[in-house]
Amino acid sequence: MAHLTRRRLIAAGGLGGAAILARGGTEAAGQHAHQDAGTDGPVHAGHEGSGHADFRDGRTVDHAANGFDPHELVRDFDWGRTTRMAGGRVLREWELVAIDREIEVAPGVRFAAWTYNGRIPGPTLRCREGERLRITFANASEHPHTIHFHGIHPSDMDGVPGQGAGQIGHGGKTVYEFDALPAGLHLYHCHVRPLAEHIAKGLYGAFIVDPRDGREDADELVMVMNGFDTNFDRANEVYAANTIPFAYMHRPIEVAHGELIRVYVVNVLEYDLINSLHLHGNLFDWYPTGTSPRAAEFTDTVMLCQGQRGIAEWRFSTPGRFMFHAHQSEFTELGWQGFFDVR
Amino acid sequence: MTALGARVSQAPAWLLGVVPLVLVAGFVALFAMFGGPGLDDRRGPPAEELAVERTVLEPGVFELTVRNDGPDAVTVAQAFVNDAFVQFSGAEEPIGRLEAVTVRLQQPWVEGEAYEVGLLMSSGGTITHEIPVAVETPATGLSFFGLLALLGIYVGVIPVALGMLWLPWVRRIPTGWLRLVMALTIGLLAFLAVDATLEGFELAGEGSQAFGGGALVLVGAAVAYLALTGVSSWLTARRRAAAAGGASGATLALLVAVGIGLHNLGEGVAIGAAYSAGALALGAFLVIGFALHNTTEGLAIVAPVARTQPSLRLLAVLGLLAGAPAVLGAWIGAAAFNSSLAAFLFGFGAGAIAQVIVQLAPTLRDEEGRLLHPAAVSGILLGMATMFATGLLVSV
Repeated sequence: MAHLTRRRLIAAGGLGGAAILARGGTEAAGQHAHQDAGTDGPVHAGHEGSGHADFRDGRTVDHAANGFDPHELVRDFDWGRTTRMAGGRVLREWELVAIDREIEVAPGVRFAAWTYNGRIPGPTLRCREGERLRITFANASEHPHTIHFHGIHPSDMDGVPGQGAGQIGHGGKTVYEFDALPAGLHLYHCHVRPLAEHIAKGLYGAFIVDPRDGREDADELVMVMNGFDTNFDRANEVYAANTIPFAYMHRPIEVAHGELIRVYVVNVLEYDLINSLHLHGNLFDWYPTGTSPRAAEFTDTVMLCQGQRGIAEWRFSTPGRFMFHAHQSEFTELGWQGFFDVR
Repeated sequence: MTALGARVSQAPAWLLGVVPLVLVAGFVALFAMFGGPGLDDRRGPPAEELAVERTVLEPGVFELTVRNDGPDAVTVAQAFVNDAFVQFSGAEEPIGRLEAVTVRLQQPWVEGEAYEVGLLMSSGGTITHEIPVAVETPATGLSFFGLLALLGIYVGVIPVALGMLWLPWVRRIPTGWLRLVMALTIGLLAFLAVDATLEGFELAGEGSQAFGGGALVLVGAAVAYLALTGVSSWLTARRRAAAAGGASGATLALLVAVGIGLHNLGEGVAIGAAYSAGALALGAFLVIGFALHNTTEGLAIVAPVARTQPSLRLLAVLGLLAGAPAVLGAWIGAAAFNSSLAAFLFGFGAGAIAQVIVQLAPTLRDEEGRLLHPAAVSGILLGMATMFATGLLVSV
């Protein structure tokens, strides 16, 4: 008996004639899914599982230890501090600090993140069109960083190396100042090389410029779609809206039926080419970049590349639980899914 | 002589042997107590390594036995299959160095499809394991072991027994021809030894490296070689039948049988593991291929006893020694496959065969005392060619 390997044996069997050795026990009949008979949902033997992909035993991260909670983040808009300039124009100011911080990106999984103000995404900066904006940036991180805003501003306020203050080293400080233009949904992020790493580590946030006349009253939410590459193979291990995977599965976002819902959707996902948002049981008006008062599309699925963003608006007509998630199933089952609990 | 020297020379020998051991133990204890004085902590984050040693597929469940073969404890935080997080049990506590744990992942899988199973560590690192073809792992009941025994008999015992039927023929052939047959045997065995070594290294590369990886093959070979050499000299001395330049025919036959048996043990492990992993198709072709291929092993056993009158009982014992380990190996491979163990067993088989070749070599000598005379060389090459050719039947 000699040189037998399992790989070779596969081929040997393939060419072989009738099996002269009957397989003991039950003969597997063709292709069939192995599911526990008598249960409706997917197999979660030994677990009272939700039937959805989830972390072990439905465990959650320690939001308190992380210092931020996606359930609060989702409705947290930072209007900054305002003063009147000569001539009556509003000057709106924020202070952002880059901080290195270890966060729990999945139950039991630590990630050495880089943050603005200790949270991911950074604060959702919100202002009105035409205001003067002043963002003081201090770098308490061990690494050089900037804040690069999307929107209209002078080149020395662009927050990239070699322009204006350029990159800000450890302990350094700078001020970005420009007019709030144009109205719409924008974002900000660090723009220091290696760019992918500085974004993937968590240095980004949403930046909303309301139109002069405002928008219709609504229950407003912000979702920054992101992910984390925990093993540094330039592919993400977890995906989410607002950092913590499955957070809105474990505790759905509560909304009222009949009320206008407005979601500011920003995609900052690094390493993957695209991301998407899909809503169950409803369609939404989609305003790309939020710059036009007219909806571009009435849909239930939108696709966004990194940096692309838009505003989704709709009303739930009936109470119930409706899912929302990336319509890349991989992202969905690696964390980017949630529920609206419509009351 | 100094006073110290005098006292040392008076101390009992066992005490002198023990002193360094006591000092080493004391040093290690002190070193550990003070946390390695003068040495910094490890640079960089902990190295988390896990090797998947065994995979069991049940309906709706992937069961993985993993061993920590890295230097640091490993904490499994989450598990995923084909890019989706899944529910799982086991590995609640950190896995210590060299410790093995079993995790059970809940996954509705489909027969015949491929899956990538992954574990996400607390450090964010991942361990992934491919299941190339999902097939339910057979339940290890009585009928399962019976089936594997049948398989072992088909590919191990029967072909060897058939090959031994060459005995009447080798009895009648002239001495020169017998030398050719012995050379043929050596060629067969040399082929098996090389093949087992390569297979062993291949297996060693698959699993945990903590136990030595490829070194296990060499350790196994050395252990078998030395052990068989010891057994051989003991047998020879006992029988007082040492012919000039070699052991007696019966002793040689016994050694050949043991060597081939150890080799077949390793092959049995591979067959059993392949069967339980669903990678083994039990076809007529496979069994026929093995029958032709392994029949030559029987010839190798009977050639050394061609000039003696072996009892039927001895022949039966020889046949079983050579063939039956395939059954045992198949059981081990199916019920408790471990690539480190399998690599060791393959090395063990290779070492045993190498020893047998050394034992057989003197029987090649012709009247002029030459070892590698033209007939011997032809025989060896013919043996290797035979193994190669019949091996193609199995490997096609």
